[in-house]
Amino acid sequence: MSIYSLSDSATMLRRDFRHLRRYPVMTISGVVTPTVMLLLFVYVFGGAMSSGLGGAGASYVNYLVPGILMMTLGSGCAATAVGVNMDMTEGIVARFRTMAISRASVLTGRVAGSMIRTLISVVLVIGVALIAGFRPTAGPVQWLEAIGFITLLTLALTWLAIGLGMAAKSPEGANGSTLLLQFGPFISSGFVRPDTMPAGVRWFAENQPFTSMIETMRGLLLGTPIGNSAIMATAWCIAIASVGYLWARATYKRDPIR
Amino acid sequence: MTTASSASAIVATGLRKSYGDKVVLDGIDLHIPEGTIFALLGPNGAGKTTAVQILSTYIGADSGEVRVAGHDLARDPDAVRAAIGVTGQFSAVDKLLTGEENLILMADLHHLGRREGRVRAAELLRRFDLVEAGPNILATYSGGMRRRLDLAMTLIGDPRIIFLDEPTTGLDPRSRHTMWQIIRDLAAGGVTIFLTTQYLEEADQLANRIAVLDDGKVVAEGTADELKRLIPGGHIRLQFADSARLEAAAGILGEVVRDDDALTLQVPSDGGVRSLRALLDRLDHESIEVDGLTLRTADLDDVFFALTGHPTTEKDAAR
Repeated sequence: MSIYSLSDSATMLRRDFRHLRRYPVMTISGVVTPTVMLLLFVYVFGGAMSSGLGGAGASYVNYLVPGILMMTLGSGCAATAVGVNMDMTEGIVARFRTMAISRASVLTGRVAGSMIRTLISVVLVIGVALIAGFRPTAGPVQWLEAIGFITLLTLALTWLAIGLGMAAKSPEGANGSTLLLQFGPFISSGFVRPDTMPAGVRWFAENQPFTSMIETMRGLLLGTPIGNSAIMATAWCIAIASVGYLWARATYKRDPIR
Repeated sequence: MTTASSASAIVATGLRKSYGDKVVLDGIDLHIPEGTIFALLGPNGAGKTTAVQILSTYIGADSGEVRVAGHDLARDPDAVRAAIGVTGQFSAVDKLLTGEENLILMADLHHLGRREGRVRAAELLRRFDLVEAGPNILATYSGGMRRRLDLAMTLIGDPRIIFLDEPTTGLDPRSRHTMWQIIRDLAAGGVTIFLTTQYLEEADQLANRIAVLDDGKVVAEGTADELKRLIPGGHIRLQFADSARLEAAAGILGEVVRDDDALTLQVPSDGGVRSLRALLDRLDHESIEVDGLTLRTADLDDVFFALTGHPTTEKDAAR
């Protein structure tokens, strides 16, 4: 049946798209939280924040956007986890399980759909950021690299979200399990420099995966030094994607009723 | 019923399943010849849905051997899946799509190709009287329409064996009769049908063979007529005005079920006019006045009582 797994995945993706078109609420809610955060941090906290950035002279909105993009991916994952959790309890998925279709296709179709949904949110949030004064310095090559990196990041986090969503017992639980992805960027270099934080928090902020991911995006979009962040972030992405994939697959293969 | 073909669609031996301490299926054996309608009859919580879930590869059994359409269920589930279709309680439709989109989704998953898929979908919408409803979202469908669509989706893949898990539960009488006719037509086309039901009448109307499932065990199996012979038919319930008349009637009628509080007697009866008249004549002869009379024919409760010695009870076990 594996020859059909690509076409089955495409069928599943089409199904996801139909849901997306008919019920755009999930996509919109994925954009609302990061947009509100962006506007809040730029127009309310912005003045105070930029003085903490020191001599770099960069406007705070430029510093802020990579962290906001990270949060956008986080809220996209919350929507993915909730969506997949609800989907798994639907009768139609039970029917899929009794059909001779490639088992992986139900998941891969879902991942592709969720990635597209999340990437649409990213584009929308970048649009808002540009209106709010975000001025990236990236040339075409850096933009391509940034797009490639954000896609890899989305892939990794989406697989993790699928795993989280399938393992959760309820949609509420699925949402709860992604809180770390939604709010983890706060304790990173996303909003303020880690060197302004107390020692313990600073150590955590500097070494947690979000920081390397945010620094990579910041470097590509704004030309700040990337150092070994890109390698670290890519390694984290591969690790997260593998864990999420294996976890989701194992959960899907298990009996749906236990 | 004997069929020309002796090939088996479904053979199960020693099928067991439990969830924790709760035994849902306690070693059931089934043998269903090709092209027949088989009904698994039982109350809620008897294990009917679990049986269908196992036979249709949705969940695994704890032990037991099963062959469906000639393929071993545990070793070759995909070959089984290619031969079957599942409709009903746990397997259902995509509520966020239209009826037509649901059918095309199924056609795509059966790799029918774009043109062929659309043709099949349109044909099934026509056959199941859903042409007008086709472009609408499922939220606007009635229970009967949804059930018909569900079955249409199963038929897209031309399955040789169809599992129907309580196909008419919750339907109004008219929709139920429509569904019955659809099922008969399918069987006439040579498809093997495995259905579960809570209604004796449904099993009686449709099935060549019936197995009665109670508490995870098959307590009886046979044709509808064979099962009915096990059941003491219906009864006549007589209501009296006072205990003296009840006493007198009980004295002459012999074998009765007596309820002193309600002042009633239940007299076994085949429900025929002749036996009813004979009973009334006898009471008349002794000048015993009867206040009220109700006639009851056998139902699932009676079958259960006769077979298991306990009435059907709602069990809130895992379906």
